[in-house]
Amino acid sequence: MKDNFSDFMRLKRRDFLRWGGVGLGGLMLPIPAWATPVSAEALLDPRLDVRQKKQLADVALNAAKSKGASYADVRIGRYLNQFVVTREDKVENIVNTESYGVGIRVIVNGTWGFASTNDVTQEGIAKAAYNAAAIAQANSKIQKEPVKLVPTPSLGEVSWKTPIEKNAFEVPISEKVDLLLTANARAMENGANYVNSLLFLVNEQKYFASTDGSYVDQDIHRIWPICRVTAIDTESGQFKTRNEFSAPMGMGYEYLDGRASSKIQTPAGVTVYRNHYDIIEDATNGAKQVKEVLKAKSVQPGKYDLVLDPSHLWLTIHESVGHPLELDRVLGYEANFAGTSFATLDKWQSKSFQYGSKEVTLFADKIQPNSLGGVGYDDEGVQTKRWDLVKDGVLVNYQAIRDQAHIINEPESHGCCYAQSWNDVQFQRMPNVSLAPGKTPYSVEEMIKDVEKGIYIIGDGSFSIDQQRYNFQFGGQLFFEIKEGKIAGMLRDVSYQSNTQEFWNSCAKICDESDYRLGGSFFDGKGQPSQSSAVSHGSSTTRFNQVNVINTARKI
Amino acid sequence: MPILNEEEAKRILQKVISLSQADECEANLNGSENGNIRYARNAVSTAGSQSNTSLVVQASFGKKLGVSTINEFDDASLEKVVRRAEELARLAPENPEFVSILGPQAYDSSNSFKQNTVEITADYRKDVAQSSITPAAANDLTAAGYFVDSNNFAAMMNSKGVFAYNQSTGLNFTVTMRSNDGSGSGWVMRDYSDVSKFSASEASQIAIDKALQSRNPQAIEPGKYTVILEPAASIDMLEQMFFNMGAREADEGRSFLSGKGGATKLGEKLFDERINLYSDPLHPEVPTATWAGDGFPLKRTQWIENGVVKNMTYTRYWAENKGVPYVPFPSNIIMEGGSASLEDMIKDTKKGILVTRMWYIREVDPQTVLYTGLTRDGTFYIENGQIKFPIKNMRFNESTVVMLNNIEAIGKQERVQGEAEISCLIPTLKVRDFTFTSLSDSI
Repeated sequence: MKDNFSDFMRLKRRDFLRWGGVGLGGLMLPIPAWATPVSAEALLDPRLDVRQKKQLADVALNAAKSKGASYADVRIGRYLNQFVVTREDKVENIVNTESYGVGIRVIVNGTWGFASTNDVTQEGIAKAAYNAAAIAQANSKIQKEPVKLVPTPSLGEVSWKTPIEKNAFEVPISEKVDLLLTANARAMENGANYVNSLLFLVNEQKYFASTDGSYVDQDIHRIWPICRVTAIDTESGQFKTRNEFSAPMGMGYEYLDGRASSKIQTPAGVTVYRNHYDIIEDATNGAKQVKEVLKAKSVQPGKYDLVLDPSHLWLTIHESVGHPLELDRVLGYEANFAGTSFATLDKWQSKSFQYGSKEVTLFADKIQPNSLGGVGYDDEGVQTKRWDLVKDGVLVNYQAIRDQAHIINEPESHGCCYAQSWNDVQFQRMPNVSLAPGKTPYSVEEMIKDVEKGIYIIGDGSFSIDQQRYNFQFGGQLFFEIKEGKIAGMLRDVSYQSNTQEFWNSCAKICDESDYRLGGSFFDGKGQPSQSSAVSHGSSTTRFNQVNVINTARKI
Repeated sequence: MPILNEEEAKRILQKVISLSQADECEANLNGSENGNIRYARNAVSTAGSQSNTSLVVQASFGKKLGVSTINEFDDASLEKVVRRAEELARLAPENPEFVSILGPQAYDSSNSFKQNTVEITADYRKDVAQSSITPAAANDLTAAGYFVDSNNFAAMMNSKGVFAYNQSTGLNFTVTMRSNDGSGSGWVMRDYSDVSKFSASEASQIAIDKALQSRNPQAIEPGKYTVILEPAASIDMLEQMFFNMGAREADEGRSFLSGKGGATKLGEKLFDERINLYSDPLHPEVPTATWAGDGFPLKRTQWIENGVVKNMTYTRYWAENKGVPYVPFPSNIIMEGGSASLEDMIKDTKKGILVTRMWYIREVDPQTVLYTGLTRDGTFYIENGQIKFPIKNMRFNESTVVMLNNIEAIGKQERVQGEAEISCLIPTLKVRDFTFTSLSDSI
C-alpha cells in the first residue's frame, strides 16, 4: 500500500520517527515532517487578526533594515492538516496537525539570508530577523554575483481566499467517517478483498509582508480523497490494486458532493470525474474493475498509438514539461539533487526548439480555479498570472521568480515562488503546467475511432524519469486495447517508455475543452533540505503516435 | 532548548503522565538541531539551521484513542495538551485493532551520540563547501553539493512505567561534479554518526575523478549485463523491497512475500545463499536508538539468513492477532559484505558495467517487487578487468528478488542513505543479467 501512494517524494525516516508510538495504520502517510498533531477545536480558533500580523511583520522588516538589509520579507504562517484514515470497516486514525511560526528572508550585501522561529513574539521575530541578516552577511564574503530582484508593484494591504463553498475542516468528523466507511463497504460488497481510503485536508493561513510595501493575507484550502481497492486471486496468488480516479484539488468539501454534471463516461465504460468526485461510486467501480484487471490479457510489447486520459496525462506533463522548464534546474542550482535539464538556455534562445508537434501548447499558471497552484499572490508577494511555456510546439519560456527573471530578460517575476511552511525558505516551485485543449471540437469517442492499433490509458501509475528529463517510463491504472477504432478489452502489465522531445513531437491530436480536467499531487519534491509543493496539471484526452510499450510482468 | 538531557526530558514526561486522567497515556518528546550548507555553480547558494522540540501525547479510554501535540512546556501548556488528547479520545470511534501500551522494558545502552559531530560550526560547513569548490574550479568542473549535520534527542514515557531516552548525531554529504562542457558528471555520498570519519576533500576527489572519467560517454545496446553496483546504486532497490516485508500484507495475500492459499514465504529460500540481511541498533557503523517509538526494545533482528526469509515486520496488533512475537520496523538495514575491494571486483570482471548510483527508482509491480530507474553520475564499461570507457546512462526494469538471486560476488560494505534517509550498511554487489531496457541522453 505505502509504495502505491502517488507521492513524488517518498516517505522519509524522520516522518516515521516524528510519529513515535502513534500508529498511522497500514497506510504510511507522507506527512510533512514539520507538522504536529492538534485537536479538532484548535483548528478553527484563529491565532491573530490581520492588524496584529501586520504589527509583527513590521517588527521583522524594521529589524532586518536596521541590520543593513536592502530587502526583506516575512511570512507568518499557520499550516493545518487533517487526516481521516480507514480500511474496510475500521477507522484507523484521525489526526489533526498544526504548525505555526515565522520565516524571515533578507538581502544584505547582495546576498540572501533566511531564519525562522516558532517564537511568534516581537522579541522572537526581531531575533530571527537579526539571524537572517547575520547569515547573509557571513555568506556575502564568498558571494560572486549580487542578487538582482526584478521590480514588483507594491500591493498595499490585500487578501485572497480559495473560493471554497464548504470549509472541510468545519465538517464533523463523523460525516467524513461515514462517507469513507460507506465507500469501503461498497467496494467490499462488489468483490474487493481489501480497501484503504482516506481524506487529506490542507489549510495554509499565511501572511506575507515585504519592504516593497506589500501586505498579503491568504487563506488557502486543498483536499485529497484517496481510495485504493485491492483484489486477490487466491488460486494464482495474483493481486492487483486500483487507485481512485479523484484528483487532489484546491477546493473545499464540495469536491466530495459527486454532482452528476461532473461525471464523464469514457468510451471504455469507465466513469471519471471533473470538479466533483463521487467516492462511493468510484469505490464500487474500482472493485469491479480491479477484478477484471486480474483476468486481463497481458500486453504484447511493441509500438502503439496511445490515447491518454487526463487522469493519466497530468503526471507525464509534470515530469516531462513541468520539471525541465524550472529555471533553477536549467541553471544548475538543483544539480546535486533533482537534477538539471535538457531544455538549456540556447534551445530557448534559438526560438525554434521544437519541444512538441505544432498541436502542443503548454501553459503555466497560478490562477486556474480549483487547481492546487491557484493562489492570489505567491510567497514573495507577486500577483499570479498565466504564461506560455511551449507555444505551437516551440519552447518560448521557463518558470522564474524575482531573483531569476532578469536572466531570461523577463521584466517581471512569473509569480511562482513557494515555501512548504514558515520554517522553510521560499524558492522557485512549479506552477500549474497544463496542455491547452484542441481548438476544434473533437471528442474522445472520435479519437478512439481514428486509432488503428492503440492503448487507452486511464489513471496514473508507476513513474520515473532521468535527471535531465529525457528518458521516462509511465504505468497507469486501467489499460484498454484499441483495435481498428474500437475498444477491444482490458490489458495489463503495460508501461510506456519514451524520450521527452520525441514523445511530445508524436502528439497527433488533442480533444476539445469539454474534456479538459485537472490531475495533480501534494508531493512534488525539490531542494535540499527537500520541500514538497502541491501542483495541478490540466489536459484533455490526447493521442500520441507510435510509442514504445513494454510488458512489465515478471516471474520471481 | 531543542536538546534536553535525560533528566530534563524525564521531568517533563513525568509531569505529563501525572496529569493524565485517561485509562492509558503515552508521551513522546523529540528535539533536533540541524545545520546545513548548500552550494551550486561553484558558489554557496543557501545555508541555515533548523531546530524544534515537540511533545506528542496519546490518551485512550478503552479502545478509543486521541492524539495531541504542543511545543511549549510550561505547566499550563502541558495540562492543555493532555486534556486535548483526552477530549479527542472521548470523541473517537472505537478501534477494534487498538492495542494497550507496553509495560516496563529493559534497553541496551546506545552508542548513537558522538560529541565531535555536535561541535560542527558554520565555519566547518563553509570549509566543506570550499573543499569541493576549489578543486572543482581547478579541474574545469562545476560543483553542486549539500552537507547537513544533526544533533537529536528522543524520549518517551507511558502510564505503565516505560521510560526511554536517546541522543544521536549524524551527518550526510553529497556532491555532484559536472564538467563545464556538460559531457561528464560524477557524484559521491558520505554518511556518518561521527564527523571525525569524514573528509570532504577525499570525498570530493572521488566525484571529481568520476566526472573527468565519465566525459563523452558511448552508447551501448540496452539488454542484460553483468553489473557492479556500488552501495549507493543498490540501496533504493533494497530499501523499497524491505518496506514491502510487512507480515500483515504477506498474510493478506498482497505482498511479494505472499504464498498461495493464504500462506507466506517465511522460511523459504528466496535469494542467493550468500544474502544475509539484518538490523542492529548497536552496530558501530550505523548506531541508532535501542527502542522503537512505542517503547519496545530494538534488538539485532535477522531478516534474511543464507537467502532464507527469517522474519517479517509486524505491527503490535497483527502480532497479537496472529499470536506471534512483535517484530517492530527497524532503525537500520545491514547487508553482510565481503572483503573484496571495488578495484578487486573490477579486476575479476570480464565484461560488465560499473554503476555509481541509481536515480528515481519507483515500483512498477508490487507482486514481483519490480522497480524501474536509471543509472546516474558515472557509468562505465568494464572489459577484461579494466574500465574501458564511460557509457551513456540507461533505464533498468528489475526485481530486487531477481537481483539478489543473480549474485556473482559481494564486496565491502559502506554506510549510505537511500531516498528514505535511513542510514544503512550495504556492500558493493556484482550481479549478472541485470535488465536495462532503454538508453538515456542524460548526463
